[in-house]
Amino acid sequence: MNSMTTREAQAVEDALTRFRDEQGALLPLLHAVQDTLGYIPKEATPTIASAFNLSRAEVHGVITYYHHFRQTEPAQHKLALCQAEACQARGCRSLTEKAEALLGCNLGEHTADNRWELEPVYCLGLCASGPAMELDGKLYARITPERLESLIRKKELS
Amino acid sequence: MSVKIYVPRDSAALAVGADEVAEAIVQQAASRGQSIELVRNGSRGLLWLEPMVEVTVGGERVAYGPVTPESVASLFDAGFLAGKPHALALGPTEALPYLKNQERLTFARVGITDPLSLEDYQAHEGFAGLRAALALTPADIVQQVLDSGLRGRGGAGFPAGIKWKTVMQASADQKYIVVNADEGDSGTFADRMVMEGDPYMLIEGMAIAGLAVGATHGYVYIRSEYPDAVSVMEEAVRRATAAGFLGKNVLGSGKAFDITIRKAAGAYVCGEETALLESLEGKRGIVRAKPPLPALVGLFGKPTVINNVLTLAAVPFILCRGPKAYADYGMGRSRGTLPFQLAGNLRHGGLVEKAFGVTARQLIEDFGGGTESGRPVRAVQIGGPLGAYLPDALLDTPMDYEALAAKGGVLGHGGIVVFDDTVDMAEQARYAMEFCAIESCGKCTPCRIGSTRGMEVIERMKATPAEAVPQGKLLRDLCSTMLNGSLCAMGGMTPYPVLSALDHFPEDFNLAAETHKAA
Repeated sequence: MNSMTTREAQAVEDALTRFRDEQGALLPLLHAVQDTLGYIPKEATPTIASAFNLSRAEVHGVITYYHHFRQTEPAQHKLALCQAEACQARGCRSLTEKAEALLGCNLGEHTADNRWELEPVYCLGLCASGPAMELDGKLYARITPERLESLIRKKELS
Repeated sequence: MSVKIYVPRDSAALAVGADEVAEAIVQQAASRGQSIELVRNGSRGLLWLEPMVEVTVGGERVAYGPVTPESVASLFDAGFLAGKPHALALGPTEALPYLKNQERLTFARVGITDPLSLEDYQAHEGFAGLRAALALTPADIVQQVLDSGLRGRGGAGFPAGIKWKTVMQASADQKYIVVNADEGDSGTFADRMVMEGDPYMLIEGMAIAGLAVGATHGYVYIRSEYPDAVSVMEEAVRRATAAGFLGKNVLGSGKAFDITIRKAAGAYVCGEETALLESLEGKRGIVRAKPPLPALVGLFGKPTVINNVLTLAAVPFILCRGPKAYADYGMGRSRGTLPFQLAGNLRHGGLVEKAFGVTARQLIEDFGGGTESGRPVRAVQIGGPLGAYLPDALLDTPMDYEALAAKGGVLGHGGIVVFDDTVDMAEQARYAMEFCAIESCGKCTPCRIGSTRGMEVIERMKATPAEAVPQGKLLRDLCSTMLNGSLCAMGGMTPYPVLSALDHFPEDFNLAAETHKAA
């Protein structure tokens, strides 16, 4: 197995220092690593397993079970569109088609140049003001196709 | 004299530009030499009016909304600091019918106070429930919760007092209070609004539960899709601990209670209580078989009270005003109030807290103002993704656990999602199965495999009308297996939206209205 980069190893070590003695703290640890790096390096699994006295399979199982955790670097921009019922009732299906056309990639995929990824999300708790979305960590509600396009263009220029 | 201006910090306000509005107000005030005091409050719950800005004029709050950054200059020009008229003026906030016609017990403070101000919280009855509880024996606290008739607000509706009593009577070296804040149901946002808008109320409810059952540690498990709720709760716990409301010696009582905030990681099934406990323990969120009940063998194997945010948020009121004050609201065995969440295709979506017994139609028409699209309502999903779709004919059913169940519905967490007549109900049923397939934890077969087979069957019914009748029979058979054979509500209740769509809207499945029941 390849080893981690210095930056990756440091992020994992920092997170372990914070959480290794806290009971049941595998999720907070994984959050801390991903918050720092944007992903959880595959190579970190044995290090984390040994620090938590777990098998590698258990740690791998947890990382891959939860939708939020990822093991690959994120695209430059992340657009998450709510696909749940309340947003369906307010037009998220056609908005998703619009986003797919604008970005040139399907829901659940990223663009070939990895500048954009388009993810489904199942409820952001903005159900009275849908369609709702999260763009690079910021929430937006009452999104019209025009608004979506202008927000994407703005990111393209940044 | 400085004027007090309120701009909400609730996610639903932030997502439509509340920060930008606040910034514009500060800039305009500075450039005009106006002295203002800006408060970032929770949301009043009139979500179509967000960002809704309020100004205190002569001791009364006056509302304007929805305010955009561009409209701020004109508001200053019109004299909104003195409550003067403007195209966005709504009048005195408390007089708005949407608010005036509610019965806000749990949401009494939300939108009124600065969520993180301990002074503000205490000036509005905050911690009065905890102080009252400290003077009572654990058994008396539990009795008050029992007398209030409070039932679990997460969806199951189990009496909270009975759960607490079981944990109180269990003997163990450590017990826990766990808050289920994994509010994953589409159409629900009341937990989020409590955590962002009145976090000390939840903290107070947890501390009272801790005193009642002898637990010294509590966890709040908040979904990762709610970053604002996570950060407000973390800050609130820090401040409450520093001020002595939490910690080794709660309000000088000698009793200890600490709270840890934990962030979930995007698994819907972790809203199921045993999957949530597994996740808190650092494992995959896989459902546990019951028994043993979490009340006896819960978090880390210890007796655990696991309650929804709204359940614990109702507790300070009950301890402060007495169980009767709470139980006086409601109908039948559903006592008190429920914060309903009006969502989907509605003109006036938002948070409406009413006593149990209000009808869906009152909520949708009187409060919600009908569909935003202006088209007729066709279906209403109550109780989240695992709740039934009700047709117009059933909307006069009172919102009460038993009354709704009698009509094949579930109240769940009180989320109401409205669809107009453009909805394809077979597609909604297919989506219910798809969502179950995506989110199933995989432990039991009916849920793990049944959901995928269910999607396929519905797709066949839509694609091949000649196959609709035999496939419809297969779908009912499959739903029966899922209903009766699943370990938890994920697989066990996914048939609710599917079967209700099939029963009430057979034409969308290529079935004739009169023959579908026989199919």
